[in-house]
Amino acid sequence: MADKTQTLQQQVYAALAEERKLSIVGGGSKAFMGRQTDVETTPLNLSEHTGIVDYQPVELVLTVRAGTPLKEIDAALAEHNQCLSFEPPHFSARSTIGGTLACNQSGPGRPWTYSVRDQVLGLRLINGKAEHLHFGGQVMKNVAGYDVSRLQAGALGCLGVITEVSLKVMPRPASSLTLVQVMDLEDAIPYMNQRAGEPKPLTGACWVDGKLYLRLAGAQSAVEATAHHWDGDVLEDAGDFWAALRDQKLDFFAGDAPLWRFSVNSTAANPPMDGDWLVDWGGAQRWYRGEATMGDMEPLAEAAGGQVSLFRGGDRRGEVMHRQAQPLQQIQQRLKQAFDPDGVFNPGRLYSWL
Amino acid sequence: MSTPTIDRAELARQFRTFIDPAFVIEDDETIRPYECDGLSMYCEMPWLVVLPETVEQVQQAMRLCHEHKVPVVARGAGTGLSAGAMPHAEGVVLSLAKFNRILQIDPLARTARLQPGVRNLAISEEAAQYGLYYGPDPSSQIACTIGGNVAENSGGVHCLKYGLTVHNILSVEMVTVEGEKLVVGSDALDGCGMDMLALMTGSEGLLGIVTEVKVRLLPKPEQAQVVMAGFDSVQNAGDAVGGVIAHGIIPGGLEMMDGFAIVAAEDFAQAGYPRDAAALLLCEVDGTAEEVQEHIEQASNLFRSFGATSIRVSQSEEERALLWKGRKSAFPAVGRISPDYYCMDGTIPRRHLAYVLTEMQKMSEHYGLRVANVFHAGDGNMHPLILFDANVPGEFERTEEFGGAILSMCVNVGGCITGEHGVGVEKIRQMAIQFDDLELAQFHALKAAFDPDGLLNPGKGVPALRHCQEYRSLEHKAHAAEA
Repeated sequence: MADKTQTLQQQVYAALAEERKLSIVGGGSKAFMGRQTDVETTPLNLSEHTGIVDYQPVELVLTVRAGTPLKEIDAALAEHNQCLSFEPPHFSARSTIGGTLACNQSGPGRPWTYSVRDQVLGLRLINGKAEHLHFGGQVMKNVAGYDVSRLQAGALGCLGVITEVSLKVMPRPASSLTLVQVMDLEDAIPYMNQRAGEPKPLTGACWVDGKLYLRLAGAQSAVEATAHHWDGDVLEDAGDFWAALRDQKLDFFAGDAPLWRFSVNSTAANPPMDGDWLVDWGGAQRWYRGEATMGDMEPLAEAAGGQVSLFRGGDRRGEVMHRQAQPLQQIQQRLKQAFDPDGVFNPGRLYSWL
Repeated sequence: MSTPTIDRAELARQFRTFIDPAFVIEDDETIRPYECDGLSMYCEMPWLVVLPETVEQVQQAMRLCHEHKVPVVARGAGTGLSAGAMPHAEGVVLSLAKFNRILQIDPLARTARLQPGVRNLAISEEAAQYGLYYGPDPSSQIACTIGGNVAENSGGVHCLKYGLTVHNILSVEMVTVEGEKLVVGSDALDGCGMDMLALMTGSEGLLGIVTEVKVRLLPKPEQAQVVMAGFDSVQNAGDAVGGVIAHGIIPGGLEMMDGFAIVAAEDFAQAGYPRDAAALLLCEVDGTAEEVQEHIEQASNLFRSFGATSIRVSQSEEERALLWKGRKSAFPAVGRISPDYYCMDGTIPRRHLAYVLTEMQKMSEHYGLRVANVFHAGDGNMHPLILFDANVPGEFERTEEFGGAILSMCVNVGGCITGEHGVGVEKIRQMAIQFDDLELAQFHALKAAFDPDGLLNPGKGVPALRHCQEYRSLEHKAHAAEA
């Protein structure tokens, strides 16, 4: 529990003065993400910058320093029967909230219970001029100024150092139950979407290894009544399954084969690639294991209404994120310039051109 | 911002070469309706109003204005409440009113592709045949358009549970200040790179012109029921809201009204509100039939335990509609008892509610102006309505001052100056209270990444730094004088 803001700010000043580049590190559990570059960088470590700054359970608002481990946050929220509704992956016990936001990581409930990007209310950020700025706030509705807070989601730290985050938290569902049934992938995709169109307490829909898993969560009466009408067997220890899915601990994620992430239209036919697939987010997030190039994968993702990234493994010196249309690339380069004119933070981590 | 390098007549002539001449408006009489938006105290006559009919025409209009450094103010239905669509005296109002088609609804994917001029309510009406609806429901939903909703990041009564515009859209097609068309977002729930979709949402027409929007649709809940609870103090009502939320219930809607608003609404709508209550809560629970029954029972019990003096649960759709009618007609109801009213839009952490309302009462006496409060209690968004008479000299100026003092108080208790109406022109001075100069400078740098010449909706959203210091010192003096 310590406020290291000043130290961090001084480190950015020093880097600017000495013309050094910085790589921002939290718990280090997502070091595998983004590109690898030859640019020499000094680590800027946030793992000591921890602690809950403010938590108001009746307001559903939590303000926390960026280096705070997720497990610490989970424990504090659990005391009031609340949770981070976006189920952030715990890639390790050291995964932090700052890294979760910078990498825009949300778990299986994302289509129904919001993403980390959705639940951010405000933040503090050290920009590339070593200025410590605040954006957004600690209230749920706030439209004053541009939404710089959500702009950080997925920016991989290239716009600045997130030092503090305010989030909307949610009550833990009173009851939860998972139904599992054997189904082909081709049938599972439309089926998941049909179920998601019903006004029932669905909060997870995943297909892996020939089986479809549907999670119901909410008021006990609603969960039980829905389970009674829907097909599938009740899964024992369902919490373990969803946690393993969230943290990429299922067998599907084991081994060294490159892991590709397709974020696509939930109803799109699956890309015609032989090999292992896992479908999550009710069809909107699809994982593929195997050797391929970005050039092969991008048209497949675009045909499915979305984008692809090389999530883990493979060639990390080339681009690992879906290409941007030319005008969007230009605007993002100008935004980088607006926040980090000297290019101090995470050079080349998101794209070679940032 | 630089001055235009073209005169008004020549600009009109050039517009007429690619936009139907009937929709290039130059005469004062036809321009007049465009001089303001929903905040009619702020008016300005623009050079021209144009109503393009295709995206290509929008692109061409932007290229023309960009080339000649002419300011452009985009406009939807003009229902905004912060003068965000107030014209620029040497600029063009670009109305998107002709873009009013629902292009596609995909019931399986639960999405709708819309032109920006589609009315908010029309989306849900069209989606109803598939058992779907669009979540955000601002009070102006009969008239306001989805393009304007994106520009303002509109909320509504149901956003505690279902989110704001930013949570309910998938992609936006936009035209840049240079006239280039681009798409931010996709059919997916997220994408690679910076979240440009979030940045565009709520940017008040300062970053680009929205020409198409794809929204997410939600399955219509099986059932909805509302509990009305009267309280003899605002404190108890505020505590009861916290009690429901702490219990783990997220109501579809949770609204509060103060004594003044209750009486005005009851006189207007005869909804059966307790006229003697100091505060009224309307708590709507939606979901499956089982869930609604369970939560309505729990919420009623909680309200009782927090000292509710009266409780009524809707037993039919008609009764639910009636209970909401009072709340939804609160603005016209107040309009009936006062020549004019001014609607404010700050957000506060709910725990400070009793303090803020008490302080507001003191200010009301200080300024000699009555105030009624309706409040999105679930999310802390307040809408104080200041009653005034524009025909009494000096009264509007006093109203503005009162309003500014309310917004300062919202910031001081940890809230913000605008929950959903936007900054526009109206709250631009108060931006200097919520943000310091470095933060405002960062906003300006961000804006320049999209629009270096400052041609898109100039004078809105983010104040020029030289004005901020003046305003802060005025504020400081005012506080010192009060003390």
